[in-house]
Amino acid sequence: MAPEPITFLGRVKRDRASGVVTPVAEAARRMSSYRVAASNDFPLMEQMRDRAREIRLHTLANLDRYLAQFASQVEANGGHVHWAADGDEANAIITEIAQANEVKSVVKSKSMVTEEIELNEALEQVGISVVESDLGEFIVQLSNDKPSHIIAPVLHKTRYDIGELFADKLDAPYTTDPSQLTEIARSHLRREFLTADMGISGCNMGIADSGTVVLVTNEGNGRLTTTAPRIHVTVMGMERIVPSFADASAVLEVLARAGTGQRLSVYTNLVSGPRRHGDPDGPDAFHVVILDNGRSRTLSGSEAEILACIRCGACLNICPVYREVGGHAYGFTYPGPIGAVVTPALKGLDEWHELPYASTLCGACVEACPVRIDIPKMLLTLRSKAVDDGHLPGWLTFAVGRYASAATHPRQFRVLLKAGGVVGSMMAKDGWITKAPSHGANWTGARDLPQPAKTPFHARWKQRHGS
Amino acid sequence: MAVQLFVTCLVNSFFPEVGEATVEVLEKAGQTVEFPADQTCCGQPAFNVGLRGDARKMAVHTLDVLDATEGPIVLPSGSCADMIVHHIPELMVDDPERSAQARRVAGRTRELSEFLVDDLDVKTVGPGCGECSVAYHPSCHGLRNLNLRAQAEGLLDQAPGVTRVDLPDAENCCGFGGLFSVDMPDVSVAMMETKLKNVESSGADVLVGGDVSCLMHLGGGLHRRKSHIVVKHFVEILAGHYERDHGA
Repeated sequence: MAPEPITFLGRVKRDRASGVVTPVAEAARRMSSYRVAASNDFPLMEQMRDRAREIRLHTLANLDRYLAQFASQVEANGGHVHWAADGDEANAIITEIAQANEVKSVVKSKSMVTEEIELNEALEQVGISVVESDLGEFIVQLSNDKPSHIIAPVLHKTRYDIGELFADKLDAPYTTDPSQLTEIARSHLRREFLTADMGISGCNMGIADSGTVVLVTNEGNGRLTTTAPRIHVTVMGMERIVPSFADASAVLEVLARAGTGQRLSVYTNLVSGPRRHGDPDGPDAFHVVILDNGRSRTLSGSEAEILACIRCGACLNICPVYREVGGHAYGFTYPGPIGAVVTPALKGLDEWHELPYASTLCGACVEACPVRIDIPKMLLTLRSKAVDDGHLPGWLTFAVGRYASAATHPRQFRVLLKAGGVVGSMMAKDGWITKAPSHGANWTGARDLPQPAKTPFHARWKQRHGS
Repeated sequence: MAVQLFVTCLVNSFFPEVGEATVEVLEKAGQTVEFPADQTCCGQPAFNVGLRGDARKMAVHTLDVLDATEGPIVLPSGSCADMIVHHIPELMVDDPERSAQARRVAGRTRELSEFLVDDLDVKTVGPGCGECSVAYHPSCHGLRNLNLRAQAEGLLDQAPGVTRVDLPDAENCCGFGGLFSVDMPDVSVAMMETKLKNVESSGADVLVGGDVSCLMHLGGGLHRRKSHIVVKHFVEILAGHYERDHGA
């Protein structure tokens, strides 16, 4: 496999050339239309968005207190709580739990946070087999791919791609029928659920006052993962907390509507500890791993509000950039507008300074976000930090600096416009410049440039009005 | 009281005819128009790319020029109006005096269609065009930050000879994005292609918008494709310039 291109634009080029992004725009557009329809169908939607936002911001403002409450409730319920400062620590904790319990095989339900810390790779390295049970993640795993969307991991694949994959990897008869494909995956996965020693899930919300983990799925794999194996481990980003059941239900009112256009996802699992005496099923042991991995730092900075995200994917679906470039271009677990903020916030601008620039600041994301996170505002702040850290291309810094200097000296500015008109008329043919030199070629590569006016507006005004 | 025309740097340099059409339409609506001669650029390009020092310099200059005048400040651009109304006050937040000045200027600032419809209650603006079919692209900053769309569409619908056709996915960004257009040209152009497909499928002869920046990008794409479709600012349609330019 070719090495991963190191720049956003390099990955864009790769994925547009390979055709990986081709199915993305239409699929994302469809998901957006489901959100709009579900929102229009729910008279309280706008109020519930405000309520969910308020809950998330209140929780973040009091996160230490609610996290402590959540942890002590989990323990009171008979669960074990582990705190991980980063991905390596989290992976070490989970590996240790697995090894101490002689775990040979793990089944997972969909979890972006375990993608973030590359847990599968860590477990496989010590000889533990890992099977993804979410259909999309299962496909990602089979094809040695990466998710390209936070709730629809294989948004970039068509049923034809999946038909070929299953025929190749699962010895299944070739079909492109979605329900037959699902049946093939289902019968394959059923065996895995029944034989796995450990189930690992993510966490949509942790309810502080009861120590309950809320899991939202559409396939029922979440509840099999959390009940069939003898050990259940939940990995949770430390910001996933809500104070109470009432708060969790308010967030649920907007989560599925914004994500998939459902009123509620098909399954909402509430996990409150290991199997108790008299319970018909459930794991013998329940562990929650609470992950920081840059979140504390983010919480104390200007991008804190991004932690209010409830991971619905609405901003990806509506984003005109995401629709053209797909999820892999963003280079990390969280693509789209949320990724353009959260990746540099969690992992720093040095490696990720391009991402805040991967946006036209069109604002469609804020409009779609169920908790109204002002992503463009944070992109602008991150850009100014990127400038402070010296990441803006030199030619842009230079060009804007010169322009700013002219624009603060009106006479110079008028001379500049006049000169632009003269130079433009030398370069243009029939009013258009088709090949501009230097970085102007970035414009004229695929667009013509109208010729700058020979007589700018200010001069025309002066001719007419004399001043 | 006279209207202060802030024409924007792009109209000044590339599209002076849009400035002239703005003056004509404002005068026809009974306004006296003044042009503060020392105006340059509001600073948006620098602000959006993260060069806050440069943005602040340009914003300060703009504030000084505009604050020395009286009456409504009118711009034929939703994006630059958004800069003056929302972002310049944000930039000045640490300086009480500048901050007060920024709020004064912001309070007087109106995008052109907003001024004509919401403030002046103008219902019809002629002469329109002999016969033209237009698709309206609501540019993002005006649409989402100033709530502009119905105003210009309403004016176009009232203008003689103008048939407005539906633009599919109208509210999807065109991909211009200021310096984004040259910083990430591949992505910008991909977004433009998507927009132009919709424009072409709309059946319009003219793509109309309220921001010459987006129109320069889309018009440049249309010209490269040798399309028969041209771009116009809505005020050029209202002022009858489409007809003049096309001899229709």
